[in-house]
Amino acid sequence: MSVVSEQADRVLGVSALDDLLEALRRRGYRVLGPQARDGAIVYDDLDSAADLPAGWRDVQAPGSYRLERREDEARFGYAVGPHSWKRFLFPPRVRLWRATGVDAIEEEPHDERPLALVGVRPCELHAIAIQDRVFMGGAHIDADYSARRAGLFVVAVNCHDPSSACFCTSVGTGPAADAGYDLLLDELLDGEHRFLVRAGSAAGGEVLDELDTRAATGDDRDEAAAALAEAAQRIRRALEPDARDVLLRNLEHPRWDEVAERCLTCGNCTLVCPTCFCSGVEDTTDLADGAERWRVWDSCFSLAYSHVAGAGPSRPTSRSRYRQWLTHKLATWPDQFDVQGCVGCGRCISWCPVGIDITEEVSAIKQTEAAP
Amino acid sequence: MIPAPYRVAERERDTEDTWTLVLEPVSSPEPAIRPGQFMMVYAFGVGEAPISVSGPPDRPGPVVLTIRDVGAVTHAICAAEPGALLGLRGPFGNNWPVDEAAGGDVVVVAGGIGLAPLRPVVLRALERREDYGSVCVLYGARTPGDLLYPAEVESWRSRAHVEVTVDRPDQGWAGRVGVVPKLIASAPFDPERTTAFVCGPEIMMHFAAEALVARGVAPERIELSLERHMDCGIGLCGHCQLGPTLICRDGPVYTQAELGRWLAVEAL
Repeated sequence: MSVVSEQADRVLGVSALDDLLEALRRRGYRVLGPQARDGAIVYDDLDSAADLPAGWRDVQAPGSYRLERREDEARFGYAVGPHSWKRFLFPPRVRLWRATGVDAIEEEPHDERPLALVGVRPCELHAIAIQDRVFMGGAHIDADYSARRAGLFVVAVNCHDPSSACFCTSVGTGPAADAGYDLLLDELLDGEHRFLVRAGSAAGGEVLDELDTRAATGDDRDEAAAALAEAAQRIRRALEPDARDVLLRNLEHPRWDEVAERCLTCGNCTLVCPTCFCSGVEDTTDLADGAERWRVWDSCFSLAYSHVAGAGPSRPTSRSRYRQWLTHKLATWPDQFDVQGCVGCGRCISWCPVGIDITEEVSAIKQTEAAP
Repeated sequence: MIPAPYRVAERERDTEDTWTLVLEPVSSPEPAIRPGQFMMVYAFGVGEAPISVSGPPDRPGPVVLTIRDVGAVTHAICAAEPGALLGLRGPFGNNWPVDEAAGGDVVVVAGGIGLAPLRPVVLRALERREDYGSVCVLYGARTPGDLLYPAEVESWRSRAHVEVTVDRPDQGWAGRVGVVPKLIASAPFDPERTTAFVCGPEIMMHFAAEALVARGVAPERIELSLERHMDCGIGLCGHCQLGPTLICRDGPVYTQAELGRWLAVEAL
């Protein structure tokens, strides 16, 4: 990723968003982006800029998420919804192969059409980078993920409207993007509704050159910087900086029993988490001679997840499964993949049906740990 | 994630619920498998399970697997008759450091089906018998009927110190009774120069490691092979993690020094 000079900053009018989407489509991309549906911001195919969630904000708290109207028509005036981009790069269900016999297995062809993601948050850029490490950083590369990942075009949008569940500032992933995008937008709402745009790659530069933009001024940059500074200021939730050590020192802390009383082991947190990557395989047959293998999202909260035939589950209790989730996410992930596991997006906090807050759990353990 | 077809060449019943299959690749070359590695074995339409290789190590040849029928997938694998096709992926995982143990004593501690992944260790040590000092095989099973490879284990006695124990004897049993870690205290090996290879139920490995440490074997030279749920075998599905490690990718063989701390935490 090359460093982009300030001179490359451009300003795009809100009415030109359709030109951006059209430029991507013309290049053969399947264009995906946010839209308000069923009371939430979700990610799906964008037919036009009119699909974007204009004038919506999200109000989040532990165990709570709802959309509210904004005073303005901001297209990206929310934090994050229940979807993350992993549903396109690592879909919930993928057929891996079909077979008519053990010696007649046919690999599922990969979808050739490259993806363009519009509205990627800085925390989500980090989440994609983390899944890149998991699926493509080791000796065995996930063929399905790498096929979907190849040729990805990322339009990131800096986060000016964090929710109360966000804690990206304490894990170093936001609210401003640093890398991993082709184009980066700041949505500016004072005066003319417009976007400050920077290219982060050659491909992004080419798209930007095609659009009807003007040079950015000091005022445009100042407004973006002020919005980001205010966003950072509003993020009050924080993960303990020594969360990893705290958890590893306290694998038998009584707080695990206490949180197990509240945790429903529903797995919502792992499904909304943009970095959780666990999957299972389903081998199926039809009534004739056909068989298929599917890869499906799995969750460490299910009893079956750790089941070994003949021996039973390795983690039979809620306590052991909650401890697995939290210690994996915040402590042992770097041992396994040499990268942090949590991006501070807050989804697991808002979408937990009983409002368990992982930052609070770590703090509670830290405050009550026995003296070493 | 695409299994290669293998044909069942031989199938032998070891115990009431355990079978050994000899598998030959249909079109791929015969693999050379390091001692302690495993294969992902696919029964058509039923599913896939990780199975340790029990055949002789390190030379291309048919794949020998010993499988206990404990679930739908292993049931279908055990039922595969000669001529039937199974799908194999692998070999995966690291290996028992048998060669590194040369020049010293070897203690093999096996519980139940745990003898299967340790058989390549014994075969290698006996094949290069002059490279090792004392070779001890300490083997325990629930009942005499659960003992794997009884004739072969007897044949090892001429070149190794072999002790066999059962938890629950039957009327014809004249041998030892009790759990296998109890055999460690009096086995003829020099702890200072011993490498121990341990496989069995986790609780048995825990007590075996304790007994080995008590004899003076360094935790760095106590090798354990772990089992966890596995869906991919290649470090991607997440199921087999134990603390900082993914067993299919980094294991299944670890030293007590590496994993003892994590194994001591219940239900981790």
